[in-house]
Amino acid sequence: MRDTTAVVPPFDEWEPTSSARIFRRMWNLRLGVIGGLIILGLIFTAVLCPLLAPSDPYQQDIVNRLKPPLWMEKSLKGHLLGTDHLGRDLLSRIMYGTRVSLIIGVSAVLLEVLIGVGLGLVAGYYGGKLDSAVSFLVNCMMGFPFILLAMSLVAVLGPSLENVIVALGFTGWPVFTRVTRIETFRLREREFVLAATAQAFSTARILFRHILPNLLPSILVLGTVEVARAIIQESLLSFLGLGIKPPTPSWGTMLAEGRNYMLLQWWLAAFPGAAIFLSALGINLLGDALRDLIDPHLRKA
Amino acid sequence: MISFFLLFLNTDPALVLLPLDAEMKDIETFKKQMGLDRPILIQYGDFLQKVIFHGDFGQSLVAKVPALQLIAERLPATLQLTVAVMIIVNLVSIPAGIISAIRRYSLADNVATFVALVGQAMPLYWFGIMLMIIFGVWLRWLPISGSGSLAHLVLPAITLGSWILPINMRLVRSGMLDVLNQDYIRTARAKGLTEKKVLIKHAFRNAAVPLITILGMQIGLLLGGAVVTETVFAWPGMGRLAVDSIRGGDYPVVQAVVVIFAFFVVIGNLLADILAAVIDPRIRLE
Repeated sequence: MRDTTAVVPPFDEWEPTSSARIFRRMWNLRLGVIGGLIILGLIFTAVLCPLLAPSDPYQQDIVNRLKPPLWMEKSLKGHLLGTDHLGRDLLSRIMYGTRVSLIIGVSAVLLEVLIGVGLGLVAGYYGGKLDSAVSFLVNCMMGFPFILLAMSLVAVLGPSLENVIVALGFTGWPVFTRVTRIETFRLREREFVLAATAQAFSTARILFRHILPNLLPSILVLGTVEVARAIIQESLLSFLGLGIKPPTPSWGTMLAEGRNYMLLQWWLAAFPGAAIFLSALGINLLGDALRDLIDPHLRKA
Repeated sequence: MISFFLLFLNTDPALVLLPLDAEMKDIETFKKQMGLDRPILIQYGDFLQKVIFHGDFGQSLVAKVPALQLIAERLPATLQLTVAVMIIVNLVSIPAGIISAIRRYSLADNVATFVALVGQAMPLYWFGIMLMIIFGVWLRWLPISGSGSLAHLVLPAITLGSWILPINMRLVRSGMLDVLNQDYIRTARAKGLTEKKVLIKHAFRNAAVPLITILGMQIGLLLGGAVVTETVFAWPGMGRLAVDSIRGGDYPVVQAVVVIFAFFVVIGNLLADILAAVIDPRIRLE
C-alpha cells in the first residue's frame, strides 16, 4: 500500500477525463437497463408461473428425489435444475418462489413508506420536541441489529406471510423517516410552502399537496433499493425458520432445506440463493440508475 | 431505548413451554410459580430493577441456569469473530477506498465499484454456504463449521466481512473525494509536500473522522450480521444463542442478549466519539 501511494502521480493528473466520466454514466444507465430487464423477468415469472413452470411445485416424487440438474450425470429428464429431497422440481419451486418474494418485498416496503414517511413528514414539519422524539426513536432503531427485532416479532406473532410483512415493515421504516424528515425540514422554508401557509391552507393540505409531491422522487429511489433489502430479509427469516412455512415455495426456506444436503447435492442450496442474489442485484442496479437520473444529490447520502 | 425493545419481547412463555394439551388449571399454577400472572408492566418494572441493581436477567427457561452465564460462555466467540472482521474489513476497505478516490474512474475504481455493487446484493448466508461448499466440501481446505482453530475462523470472517466491506469501501472513497477537493489539500501540495504525505497526513486524517463515527454506528450492523453468520457456520457465539432462544421461546435469554447487544452498540458509539476526538483536535475544543 505504501509503495503504490509513493508512485501515484499528483492528484490533478488523475482528474477524470470527461470521456471517462461519460463512460461511467453510460455504464450506469446500461446496468440500470439490465436491472430493469431482470425485474421485468421476475414480475413476468411471478404472474405467469402456472403457465411457465415445467411441473407442479408441490408434486412429490419420492423415488426420484435429489436428482441433479440436467447437465450432470444421473439426471432425470424434465427436471432442468434437478429435484429436492421430496422429489419436487427445483426449477418450478424457484419460479413460484418469485411470487412470495415479490409480494413480501413490495408490501413490506409499502408499510415502511406508510410509517416512515408519515413520521418523517410530521417530525420535519413541526420540529421541536416531537422531532426530537422521532429522531431518538429512529436512532435507536437504526443502531440496533434489526434482524433480532424482526425475528422476535415473527416469533411472537407466529410465522406466516402476513406476519413477515408486518415484521419487516415495522423494523425497516427508519430509513424513510430519516430522508423524509430532512427534506421536509428543507422544504418547509421554501416560498411555495410559505405561500400556502399564508393562504391559511390546512396543515394536512400543505403536507400532502405541497410537500409530499416534492419528496416522491427520493422516496421512489429509496423504495426501490428497500425492496431488494426486504427480499433478502424475508429469505433470511425463512432461512432461520421464522418466515414462510414449508411447503410454500420460498427461496429462503428452500435454501435452508438445501443446506442439509450441501455435502453432495450442492445445487439445492446454490440455485435458490442465486435467485435471491439475482433479484436483489437487478433491483439495486435499477435503483442506482434511477437515482442518477432523477435525484443525483442522493448519491452522497 | 432498551425498554422499547423489551416490551416487544414479552411473549407468553407459559404457552411456549408447556405441552400443547396442558390443562387450563396447570397453566395457571405454572404462571403463578414463575410470577407470570402479574400485570405486564409490574413484571417489566421488576425485571428492570433486577437488571439494573443486581445484574440479574433471570434464569434461562430451557437450560435452567442464569441467562447471563449462558451469555458469558458465548461472548468470547462472538468477540473473536467481530474483532477479526473489523480488522480485515479496515485493512481492505481503507486502501481500496483511497485508491478508488485518487484514481477516480480508473480500472481499479471501476472494479471496486462493481464489487461493491455485487456485494450489496449478496445474501450473506448464501455467500457463506457457497464458501462452505467450495472451500470446505469441494477443495477440503477449511473446516465448514464449529470453532477452535484459526482455520475455523476464516470462512465465517470472510462471510461477515462481505456484509460491511462494500459499504465501507464506498464510504472511504466518497470521504476521500470530499477531502481532496478542499483548499488545504491544494495548500499542502503548493508547499511542495510529497504526495504520500499529502494523502496520508492531510487527506486521510481528515477523511477518517466521519469514517470512525460511522464505524461506531456499524457495530449494530455487525452484530446483526453475526447473528446470521454464527447460525450458518454453527459458530458458538451470542448470535446463535439469540436465534436458538427466540425459536425456543426462552425469553430471559433473549432479553439478556438484547440488552448486551444494546450495551455494545452504546459502547461502540462512545469509543468512536472518543477516538474521533483524539484524531481531530477541533472536536476536543468544542
